[in-house]
Amino acid sequence: MSSEQSQTANPDVQSTQEARMGEGVDSRFNSKLREAFGSSPFILTKFDKFMNWVRGSSMFMLQFGIACCSIEMIHTYAIKHDLDRFGAGVPRASPRQADVIIVPGTIVSKFAPRMKRVYDQMPEPKFVVSMGSCTVSGGPFQEGYNVIKGAEEVIPVDIHVPGCPPRPEALIYGVAKLQERIANGESAPVTVKPYELEQFGDLERDELVEKLADQIDEEDLVMRYNWADSP
Amino acid sequence: MSLEEPTPDSDAELDVVGETEDGLDYDALADLLGDKVRTREEHLNAEGFVIRPDDVQDVLFALRDEAGFDHLSSVTAQEYDDRYESIYHLKKFDDPTQQLSVVVPTSKDNPVSESAEPVYRTADWHEREAYDLVGIEYEGHPDMRRILLPETWQGHPLALDYDQTEPQIVTLAEHRNPLQEDHRAGDDSDTMFINIGPHHPATHGVLHVETVLDGEQIADIEPDIGYLHRCEEQMCQQGTYRHQIMPYPDRWDYVSAGMLNEWSYARAAETLADIEVPEYAQVIRTMAAELSRMAAHFLAMGTFALDVYGDFTAIFQYTFRDREIVQNILEDLSGQRLMFNYFRLGGVAWDLPEPREEFFEKTRDFLNDMPGKLDELHDLVTSNEIFQLRCVDTGVLPPEEAKSYGATGPVARGSGIDYDLRRDDPYGYYDELDWDVVTEDGCDNFARVLVRLREVEQSARIVEQCVDLLEDWPEDDREIQANVPRTLKPDHDTEVYEAVEAAKGELGIYIRSDGTDKPARFKIRSPCFSNLQTLPVMSEGEYIPDMIASLGSLDIVLGEVDR
Ligand code: SF4
Repeated sequence: MSSEQSQTANPDVQSTQEARMGEGVDSRFNSKLREAFGSSPFILTKFDKFMNWVRGSSMFMLQFGIACCSIEMIHTYAIKHDLDRFGAGVPRASPRQADVIIVPGTIVSKFAPRMKRVYDQMPEPKFVVSMGSCTVSGGPFQEGYNVIKGAEEVIPVDIHVPGCPPRPEALIYGVAKLQERIANGESAPVTVKPYELEQFGDLERDELVEKLADQIDEEDLVMRYNWADSP
Repeated sequence: MSLEEPTPDSDAELDVVGETEDGLDYDALADLLGDKVRTREEHLNAEGFVIRPDDVQDVLFALRDEAGFDHLSSVTAQEYDDRYESIYHLKKFDDPTQQLSVVVPTSKDNPVSESAEPVYRTADWHEREAYDLVGIEYEGHPDMRRILLPETWQGHPLALDYDQTEPQIVTLAEHRNPLQEDHRAGDDSDTMFINIGPHHPATHGVLHVETVLDGEQIADIEPDIGYLHRCEEQMCQQGTYRHQIMPYPDRWDYVSAGMLNEWSYARAAETLADIEVPEYAQVIRTMAAELSRMAAHFLAMGTFALDVYGDFTAIFQYTFRDREIVQNILEDLSGQRLMFNYFRLGGVAWDLPEPREEFFEKTRDFLNDMPGKLDELHDLVTSNEIFQLRCVDTGVLPPEEAKSYGATGPVARGSGIDYDLRRDDPYGYYDELDWDVVTEDGCDNFARVLVRLREVEQSARIVEQCVDLLEDWPEDDREIQANVPRTLKPDHDTEVYEAVEAAKGELGIYIRSDGTDKPARFKIRSPCFSNLQTLPVMSEGEYIPDMIASLGSLDIVLGEVDR
């Protein structure tokens, strides 16, 4: 029962809550949360737990589009599905301001190093939702000569949302699951050894490296794909 | 039908070699080229003239200037057991049914052929792609390097001996300022190099634009593509004709334009295997395709507004609201919101959903609301002064340049080129219906946006007529698929190139069969690929915000650019 209702129902009786708040308090401060706490406006919790809850309830998503799935991702942000209802609808254009990256599409050899870079630029703690079959395994393009077989080959993933493309509802479910996990303080296990960005000079010298030696500078960052070992 | 037949100007006709009352006279064309034509091949869409690799420019110049072939639609490269081959698919903007293939074989040990770039500017990227994927080199090309794959890639993936399991190394290099060493501006040249993308909100996906700025103005600009090259051609070459290829077209131009793309494959394969599509299925196809076009144009509008004045709240949301409605209708029809996979060779997958009345009502409701919604958009967008300031007379693309770059679709029509394959090379049910081709003469960003908005109107007209037709279609005559054999094996060495008018322009498919149930070569001519090439023409010397507007008005989809 809201405080306003109680006032109209029983004008003479003051609730404990009202009594404690005293006169002159702006009613706008009486939030739903405040009511939930009831008569004593204090809660006891662990700081970590509180932080996790806050983190999960207000997530800044990176505005990151790759392929077809990003169209459904935009629909998830837009009218009708409106991801913002779940405290996760503020797309940020810069990775430095984002906590969550949704990877919506096929990752190919030329793009993977850039994606890794963008991921590295996000501040900790950061979370990854991979959207679509392409980010699970390469999806319909798994056999392609240029296609990375899943986002986990490059960055660690918290939540996989399968589908080609997943419906917006499915993505919302995935994000909600992520929020739940964050609130519980669970983090993502890294399941595969991902492709790393390393300096060209640090690569093991084999035939391919020898061949490219005059094209690539020792200090250039490179990503080496061993297609034969890909899942 | 209200569409006027293209009436060729009779004076001009006399001058153009090979043009006759009833189509092309290939003999006259062969006479024009004399002994440069070594042999002649039959392709299903046109004849192919086989020429020597060092005659390419002479032949193409003659065909362009004397025989009126002003449109190099596509360049297909492929490797046979004993040779490489480049095919130049020529057309005319005035009448795209007049087609000619110029076939240039080169030997295995020295795959070098003359570049067509001096004749058609669009050959620039097409030949780079041929080099990248197949390995043919083009002599006299201004910039012969890889385009889709990283510079350090080893091998050519569509060549016959390519080994996909070999490791590859890809760099993350910063890009050098290409004007830095150009000392014409003196040592204190103050140009500045900026990477836009591949992760950038205004590039509509993963496009990388390398720009050199002189103050606020663009001194040099180069789109760098390939960040979404997911081997579509390889995938299609690995699939069987009947069912395994059709899901892929949905993923080329993925902004709900799937139906239009599926049609391109369906059209090519149906010509190849000589399949007649029942009329009822054609009407359903036409309706579905135009609904797709509306959804695609809405997205173009919404994201364009986002680009030019960052409007995420009104225009963007309005267009997405309307897209949701179209997607709902298409979902009822096909079962999926985005990747429809609804067309089948010889027809469509299934009939309209039951109850039909409900489907018709839903579609009609959407169409009835359309005029009001378009008015609203015109209010918000085209009559908005800020919008006009940003778009009128910026990103100018003169028609001659557009033609030379092979621009098609709304980009060409915004430059006053009256070219629409739905009318000029009719397929489906379009020539039975009453609608108009939209053109604008502005040649600027504004014109291109206007063309899209007005095309939505025309699409609505088409859909409305289709709904009327479908509603009255006799129940015992609703044939949705022709009789197509379970495994399709077109004859050995049959070649076909067919195109349809997709949301972004001319989407062409080349297929060569080798007698098996899978294509030996599957080449996609993507409209966005050619359209994107015009970006430097529009942007060099302009301000950088105008470049963003031009890029938005090109309405590219990287899935289709990179394939
Ligand atoms: S999962 Fe499907 S829809 Fe998503 S990016 Fe991959 S191909 Fe496109």
